[in-house]
Formats: sequence, structure tokens, C-alpha cells
Amino acid sequence: MNTDRRIGDPLLVIQDVSLSFGGVKALQDVSFDVREHEIRAIIGPNGAGKSSMLNVINGVYHPQKGRITYAEQVRAQVDPHEAAERGIARTFQNLALFKGMSVLDNIMTGRNLKMRTNILLQALRIGPALKEEVEQRAAVEKIIDFLEIQAYRKTPVGRLPYGLQKRVDLGRALAMEPRLLLLDEPMAGMNVEEKQDMCRFILDVNDQFGTTIVLIEHDMGVVMDISDRVVVLDYGRKIADGTPDEVRANQAVIDAYLGVSH
Amino acid sequence: MAEKLDTFPRLLLHHAAVRPGQAAIREKDLGIWQTWTWAEVAEEVRALACGLAAQGFKRGMSLAIIGENRPRLYWAIAAAQALGGIPVPLYQDAVAQEMVYVFHDADIAFAIVEDQEQVDKLLEIQPQCPKLAHIVFDDPRGLRHYTQAALKSYEKLQELGREFDRAHPGFFADEVARGDTNDIASMFYTSGTTGSPKGVTHTHNALITAGRTGAEMEGLAPADEVLAYLPMAWIGQNIFSYTQSYVVGFCISCPESAETVAADMREIGPTYYFAPPAVLERLLTQVSIRMEDAGWIKRKLYAGFMDLARRVGGKILDGDASVGAGDRLMYRAGDALMYGPLRNMLGMSRVKVAYTAGEAIGPDLFVFYRSIGINLKQLYGSTETAVFVCVQPNGQVKADTVGPPVKGVEVKVAENGEILIRSPGLFSEYHRNAEATAEAKDRDGWFHTGDAGYFDADGHLKIIDRAKDVGRLQDGTLFAPKYLENKLKFFPYIKEAVCFGHARDMVCAFVNIDFDAVGNWAERRNLAYSGYTDLAAQAPVRDLVRECVESVNRDLAQDATLGGSQIHRFLILHKELDPDDGEITRTRKVRRGFIGEKYAPLVEALYGGRSECFIETQVRFEDGRTGKISATLPISDAKTSPAAAALKKAA
Repeated sequence: MNTDRRIGDPLLVIQDVSLSFGGVKALQDVSFDVREHEIRAIIGPNGAGKSSMLNVINGVYHPQKGRITYAEQVRAQVDPHEAAERGIARTFQNLALFKGMSVLDNIMTGRNLKMRTNILLQALRIGPALKEEVEQRAAVEKIIDFLEIQAYRKTPVGRLPYGLQKRVDLGRALAMEPRLLLLDEPMAGMNVEEKQDMCRFILDVNDQFGTTIVLIEHDMGVVMDISDRVVVLDYGRKIADGTPDEVRANQAVIDAYLGVSH
Repeated sequence: MAEKLDTFPRLLLHHAAVRPGQAAIREKDLGIWQTWTWAEVAEEVRALACGLAAQGFKRGMSLAIIGENRPRLYWAIAAAQALGGIPVPLYQDAVAQEMVYVFHDADIAFAIVEDQEQVDKLLEIQPQCPKLAHIVFDDPRGLRHYTQAALKSYEKLQELGREFDRAHPGFFADEVARGDTNDIASMFYTSGTTGSPKGVTHTHNALITAGRTGAEMEGLAPADEVLAYLPMAWIGQNIFSYTQSYVVGFCISCPESAETVAADMREIGPTYYFAPPAVLERLLTQVSIRMEDAGWIKRKLYAGFMDLARRVGGKILDGDASVGAGDRLMYRAGDALMYGPLRNMLGMSRVKVAYTAGEAIGPDLFVFYRSIGINLKQLYGSTETAVFVCVQPNGQVKADTVGPPVKGVEVKVAENGEILIRSPGLFSEYHRNAEATAEAKDRDGWFHTGDAGYFDADGHLKIIDRAKDVGRLQDGTLFAPKYLENKLKFFPYIKEAVCFGHARDMVCAFVNIDFDAVGNWAERRNLAYSGYTDLAAQAPVRDLVRECVESVNRDLAQDATLGGSQIHRFLILHKELDPDDGEITRTRKVRRGFIGEKYAPLVEALYGGRSECFIETQVRFEDGRTGKISATLPISDAKTSPAAAALKKAA
């Protein structure tokens, strides 16, 4: 691992967060923190509350109880657009791309928040809008280069294989230049080679841009390889928290994953 | 001082003086073509050469160059040559251990490489190659945390070079002036179908003479455009994209990445183009697949106009006056509707001269390109002969010959059918291998090519196979395996084929299906498959391949000498032949002997009359790990055609 990468103070602190939908308790008194520049994984069996946790962080769900501190601001509730403006970007388990639009345009949508000129100027491509478009395009090209998808720049996303679509989804999130990047099962449904590529990109993002990353993942091998620290959820409760080695040795985690005979 | 343009650095300085503002090299970066003029290239090379010198690079030393086509790697060639050093380009997809031999053989202390991937390989082999002390990388991505003392960025090296240049202002000019035309200019390692690779050394004179002869013959000018997309380690790439660019002064363009070559080619519109038959085949396969997916009207239109093109297109290109006015009019209509757009789609709208070489090209494939108006020609040459030995002159192009010898090259056919060559472009020697040199180059300076062939009535050379591969069946019938394999490979569904038959009672073949083409074919028939092995094992696919084999047999039946070498039995291999497994070379030539040994049980099953055979094979993945694939392969019989078919047709 990158030993000289400086992991900083907590960027995101989750305190006693509880979330329920009617009688279903998705999260119960979950607390953990994410430090600046770290790769933090949330793992757990199906239905453990991983995606709910991610949705709480970027404001899609509003927890009934608990406090979320992000960049030293305490909030009980965040709205998704507010989260985006404050530098939280995410990718989706089931992808959220415009299938009919090109790779380039899809990533360009991620630059939306960086655009300052008004829609009329943008539509006419005149004055400052043109200059802005050029700047944004340059930023997008850097991402295309970074993710090595030059060959598909003009290809409609719907025509790409799944692994590449995942990469475009990551590109769209990166286009926001996020401070905190949430990845919802970035390797789901990928073959070994695609997983390796994705791991490399996640590590590179973290390393080159210093982006703090929270990722949810099923594939234990992947998580243990690239994460600095791991939170384990089971039935909405935190059952373990620590370095990959600590978590791997934790009896509660082994029971949750492998089942336990009563 | 009268300028002698007899070394590459002098040519570079000449262009920088004569056409300073003209584009010399381009690269697509972040979606935009970046251009460097000759004057800028000269500055870049100067800074790099001085940087290398500041680090202790001396006359006669070797510089390893590894990576995709990148301007900076081309400048590295020129920088090494400016200092009297020897650039040694290596195949960028070679695994680390394959590189160890070359690093030892060429005593390499300096390497300039493209990116982290190559750096990782060199760091891996560094303990085995203690002399390797300097690794310079172009793209810093992923290398921020590397602290090895040997590593240096390209920018840093150039910066050191500029400092050195300021401290020693006359150094660069002196070094260039010290260069002699008979110094070694480059060393290319042969892919090595047999034994260890051999370093083939060429002088400035040999390369420049060969490049100039070709350029004069085709009338190349500084305004020409070339897309540099083949491996730098291959001598042809050096000749077409470096040597001739420096001789003539034309601009070369480096594609954005290996996957974007087709799109980049459409944007650049090269006028001078080289493609090995495999690439041409892949392009045609793509066209065929897309046409099969097209609507009914388009398919009919395509079929109709391609028939016309096959009939008269080649003749029109050759300026044959026998083509009637009606056909000419129709061809012109076809050009507007079909051939023109097709050429544009292939990125060949502006191609003046296109070459193909390396392997015999299927006549239908060759005729396809010529018939739609692309001046595709065959040439014959090798690493040892600096490519240009025979070239088909405009207007005298035949599908089955490689043309007459070019100016200054002597060719003769030895008694055993082997082709011998003597020319100024001939290599100097095999590096540190006097024995091999003596074996290949006799006392009178004739190079023994190892190819078998003969001159036809028009004085064109015709190559049939490697001299050592041409064999005979038990009954004495001539057996030219490559000839058969090429016939099979012309079918879009067959990617590779390996034929056996020497000293046997019949010819049998291994076949590799083309995964893209057959996959597409299967999808249109609602045939489900999970991967290559599964698809290759399906009965309908076997029938498809059988039809191809039987069609080849019908074709062979017409041939008086080779009619007896029809393919009786075949099987479809469960895995694709792969250079990582040593089954084909990096230039995609099948290693028949190696395959025959590796799959000996399969060969025996073919000749033993069995209907299936179990095989387990070790495969090497791209990351160096190994795994096993096993399958039970069914063996099929193919109908052979009686040689009498030829008679019946004639009657």
C-alpha cells in the first residue's frame, strides 16, 4: 500500500445513525468515521444496510436519529443537491447513465455544477459560454484519458459492455471533482480483468487526486486489498470496524458471512 | 561545409533547417492532435541527447526503447543515434522475462520507456540485469511513489540535458559531426521462430539507402502522411515511420491509443500506408460483419457493386484499356455510392500507396482492396534486408507475386529453391553471433532468406513458403502448409489454421475460429455460448468450418501440383493460439513445430482415425499467472474433391 499517503483528520463522522422504513430498521445506532484521503469500505451480507448507509451520507435518505458531521459541519439532514455542492459524488450499483448519450456527454453532465453561464448563452454557444464549454471539455478529456476510454468517446453508453459502463459511471462522478466519492458496488457483475482494472482506477483516483473514497463491495478479496479500514454491517448494526486484517480475524464477521450454528 | 545527409541526426538537422515550420510528428492527446515541427523535434532531440550524455551515455552504447508509438520514443531513437549509440526497440507487449535476454545480449544500461507498465517490467528484471542503471519514463502516471534511484522522468532528463547543453555548447554538433554513415544505426531483435532472438544490426547507410530507394520509387514527398501504429520494435515500422520520414521529411502521426487506431486513421487520412495481411483481414472482416447486419437493400447493393469491382476495379486501377465504357460508367457510380464511402470508412480515402507484407496475402483479400480503388501492393523483405527487396510497381500488380527486385537489389534462387539476396540495405551482422551471421550471409555477401520461391515469366518473384517448411506427403505430393493455412484463413470465420502432412498419408488441420465473426454468426442464429471454448465446441460451428475446409479442397482440386494435398480431417482448438503461450510469434506467425509437439495427442488422434480427443493445456494469462483449460475435442472429416473436378469444369 501507499505508505507515504497522509491520511488526515476525519472528514465524515457518522454518530448513532438510525434509519427505519415503517417497521423495518435499516440502520440502528451506526457510528463510524471516514478520514481525509482514506479508502473506507462498508461491507456486509445482503440486506445489511450498506446502500442505505450510502444514501444517508449523500442525503437521499434522512435518518430518524443521529448526527452526520461532514467537513466540520454538523447536519441531521442533508439534501442530495447540497451534498453534491459540498463535494460528495457517487456511483450507482445499477448505473445511472443516459444510455442514448455518448460517453463524452455523459461525463460532461457531471460538470453541471461547475458551469456558471446561463442556459441561454450555453444553448447559443456564444460569449463566455463557449469559453466555458472548452474548459469543461478539457476537464472531461482528462478524465477520459485517466480512465483509458478514448476509444469510446463518441459511443453511446448503451452500446458499451457493462464493465465499461461502470467505468463511465465512475467518470461522471469524477467529473464533479469530488472531495468524497461514494462507490456503490463498483465491481458488481465484473469479470476478473475488469475488477483488476477498476481496482487500479480506484487506487489511482485516491492517490492522484487525494479523493476520499467510501465504497460498498460484496467481493471480500477486493475490499481487503484496497481499503485502509473496513466497517462491517449486519442487520443494520455495526458489528466490526478496523483494518482489513482486524476485520478478517473478527469472529462476529466470520459468523455473519459464513453463518453460525445455534 | 558541404552537408552530407548520410546519418539520421544529419537528416534531422537538415529538415529543421530547410522546413523548420513543417509538421514532423503528431500525437493525439486529450482528444486533440498535437503537432511538433521539424525545428521543435530537433530541439527535443538535442535536449534528450544531451540529457543522456549527462547521465553517461556514450558512443556505441545501446538504448532500449519500449512502448507504443509515442513522439518521445521516436525522439529517443534520434537522440541515441546523435550520440553514436544504438537504439534497440523492444516489443511493448513482451513479458518481463522475455526482455532479460535482450538486455543481456545488447548490454543495455539505459532504457526509455512509455509508462508504468514498462517500468514495472524493467524493475522486475533489474536484479537479473545489473547493468541496467537508468530507466526513463514518458508518462508519469502511477509512478509518483516510485523511489528507485534508476528512475527518471523524461522531462527531468531533458532538463538535465539543457543544462548540460548550456555548459557544453558545442557538444551536440560535434557528436552529430562524429557520426559515420557506416556506424550501426539500429538493432532489431527478430521474433525468433526458432531459438533465441537475434539482434540484427543495420548501419545508417543500409537503412537510409533502403528507405530512399522505396521513397523514390513511389514518389514520396514531404506532404505525405503516415499513421504510426505498428510495434516500434518491428523494422517495417522503423522504415515507414522513421527512416522514410527522415529521408523524405514527411509527417507521422501517433494514434491516441491502440484501440483508437481506426478512428484516428479516418481523421488523419494517411497517404502512405502499411498493413500486414492480418490487419487488412480484420478490417475486411469488420466490413463483412457490418454488411451482413445491414438492411436488405444495402446488402444487395453491396453485393452487386462488389461483383462489378472484382471484375473491373483492379483493371481500372492498373490503367487497363480493355474495360468497356459501360463498366467504367457503372464503376464511377459505384465509386460515388459504395467504394468512396467504404474507403472513407476504412480511413483510406487519401492513400496513394499501401503496402502489405510479412505473410502471403489471400488473393481475394488482396483483390478486395484493389478493386475498391486502393493502390495496395505487395512487397517482400525481412528484418535482415531492411524491408525493401521486391515491390510491385504501379500497374504491374499481381495477387500471387511480390513483384520484381527494386533498384540496387540482387535476387537469385538457389538450387534448393531458397531465395538469396544481395543489396546495400543488407544487415551488418547478428549481434555477437558470428556463427549465425556466417550461416545466413555467405562469403560473397548473399543473404540466405530461408524462403522458397521462384521467378515467374514476367520476372516477378513468387514466394510459396518457408524453404524448410515445404514438405511432401508419403506419396510424394508437394505439401506447402502455409499455402493451405492461408487459404483457410481467408474465410472470415477462421482466424488461424495449422496444417500437418509432411511424411504423412494425408493432410490434417487445427483450426482457430475468429471469435468476433463466429460469435456474431452464432448470435444471428440464436446460438447461445459462454466463451471461446464453448463456442468452438458447438456442432453448428463445426459444420460451418467444415464448409470452409471443403471449399478450400474444391479450390485445391483445380491445382495440378497441390491438388493432392487436400485437407482430410480437422479439429477446432479449444483455445486461441497466443504469443504468451509461445504458439505464435508476436508478429502472428504460427509456430507449427511447437504446436505439433505441444498438441501431439491431438495430432495422433487426427491421424489415428479417432472421433474425439481429450486435451488439457496450460495457458498463461496477461498478468503472468498460469491456468489450465481442458476440453474434449471432436474431430471431423471433410469431403475432398476429386482432382477430376478440374477436368469436368474445363470440359
